[in-house]
Amino acid sequence: MWSKFFSRLLLVIPTLVGAITLVFLVSHAAPGSPIRSMLGERADAETVREFNERYGLNQPIHIQYLRFLKKTFFELDFGKSIEGFAVSDELYTRFAATLELSIAAMLPACILGIALGVLASLRPGGLIDVISAGMSTLGVSIPVFFLGLLLLLLFRSMPMGERLDLILDIEPITGLFVIDAALRGQWEEFRNALKHLVLPALTLGTIPLAIISRMTRAAMIEVLQSDYIRTARAKGLGSFRVVLRHALPNAAMPILTISGMQFGYLLSGAVLTETIFNWPGLGLFLTEAVLNRDFNVIQASAFLIVLSFVSVNLFVDFAYLWLNPRLREGAE
Amino acid sequence: MEYWSHGVLETMKRAFNVVKITAQSISGGMGLFVIISFMVCSMFAGTVASHDPYVQDAGAQSVSPNREHFLGTDDLGRDLFSRVVHGSRISLKIGVISVSIAILIGVPVGLVSGYFGGWIDMFVMRIIDVLMAFPGILLAIIIMAVLGPSLTNMMIAVGIVNIPQYARQVRASVLDIKELDFVLASRAVGATDVRILLKTIFPNTISPVLVLATLGIGTAILDAAGLSFLGLGGQPAMPEWGNMLRSAREHLRSSPWIPLAPGLAISLTVIGFNLFGDALRDVLDPKGRRRE
Repeated sequence: MWSKFFSRLLLVIPTLVGAITLVFLVSHAAPGSPIRSMLGERADAETVREFNERYGLNQPIHIQYLRFLKKTFFELDFGKSIEGFAVSDELYTRFAATLELSIAAMLPACILGIALGVLASLRPGGLIDVISAGMSTLGVSIPVFFLGLLLLLLFRSMPMGERLDLILDIEPITGLFVIDAALRGQWEEFRNALKHLVLPALTLGTIPLAIISRMTRAAMIEVLQSDYIRTARAKGLGSFRVVLRHALPNAAMPILTISGMQFGYLLSGAVLTETIFNWPGLGLFLTEAVLNRDFNVIQASAFLIVLSFVSVNLFVDFAYLWLNPRLREGAE
Repeated sequence: MEYWSHGVLETMKRAFNVVKITAQSISGGMGLFVIISFMVCSMFAGTVASHDPYVQDAGAQSVSPNREHFLGTDDLGRDLFSRVVHGSRISLKIGVISVSIAILIGVPVGLVSGYFGGWIDMFVMRIIDVLMAFPGILLAIIIMAVLGPSLTNMMIAVGIVNIPQYARQVRASVLDIKELDFVLASRAVGATDVRILLKTIFPNTISPVLVLATLGIGTAILDAAGLSFLGLGGQPAMPEWGNMLRSAREHLRSSPWIPLAPGLAISLTVIGFNLFGDALRDVLDPKGRRRE
């Protein structure tokens, strides 16, 4: 099994380097110099030259590329944003915001999705199945940005955006506001942060919920038709026990895969949801940077996004190997 | 030549049949109905719309739905119904063009990669892996950063993002069939690689691509609306659905009908393509056929 682990791990490296190279090339192919957009159109040639030198932009492209690779992979230094702050510092706060939102969206989506899927699989074509199928089609078809707006319309007492009311403050420990507030015993802030979290999480969670419930249903229907389930029923086991103890664990593999992939998508910056709710996460960071042509920020956030997406997928692969005895012990 | 035209006719006949069968299921029929209405709206936008989508009526700003403006007007006094109808034309264009871009590049890439294998396959698949390491519309956003915000660039970006899907699907189909007897027979009689690829293998990879494309138009419309919601689409005046939602965000709680009109339009259209695509998959999917 370990050899599989490592070969999979090794495959990730070229993907990462490729992705980061693509981002580098793309940001350097962009029309208009970043220094110009930073200093404005009226900056004189002398200042532009000086800034180009300071940011190393006057060097040949392959030198810039190698330096960029070295800084990215070995020093985790992404330079300064055009607003002047160090990108690496801001990056963690942004990532924590996205992490908090993704977890808050994913937990209920997994629990509800699996429950709905199991219920639907018990009677394919039955009432629950039809309703959940309809809801899934709706869930994947309604654009998240429209759903977010609808929720804001429906729940008028909820905050329009941001992670916390402006007057409140939480000293970060983990960077996840809800957890930090609880750890510090700031219950006023805890409630407030939670209130800010509900609608974005709900918005973000619908698509995973729909997909997980469909996948669970499909996997369960297949497992429930197998012989050993018939045997278990024939032995006279209660249907509750058969479904939850015998069938569900064997349907776990595809459910796990799909949930992991969905989590990867969310973690990697729920760009649209973050924009609707003004949630200062990674996705919003990237979008703002694209609109401002802030290339250091684009490169850094794209790198982190790709890294987390690839890592989650890798983790899912490992879990898959770990959970499946046939793959684990099978000699390759 | 005769053979070729016969082939086209035959293909069209078969496609029509497939659509007919698909439309007989409830969801497929509903999907088809939505798609047809959407197409009619976009083709006859000038006739269907009651007002000019660009004309601002200073006397009728943010008017709620009434007899004159039956979806209401936006904050600049433009008729929302007309804007939504004209928006369908833009969305259809976006969907069809970006899916075409993805197919025109993805299908040949998949064919070549699957058929020749070896280092070509290795090289192509690594590039596809890199493209797929960017989740969702992020790659599109990054591409838009280079190309700059505009409608055309949006279609290109959405098209590029969807290339891997088609390339992988076609490659998988090619791998499935390239060792089958009819392909070997064609090689045995001395057909060139190009001929084998185009005449023998390609026709057998079409069905899954058709399903992907139907579902893909819906997704492309959704992605493009997302991009313009982020401010990366065309100019703000354009009656593009994502654009309209973006500008409606400010007036959300004071005049809720402004976001409702374009939002419902996007949702309905995407649901239509998804329903029809799913039903089409049931018809074209060989596994599904065997079950009957």
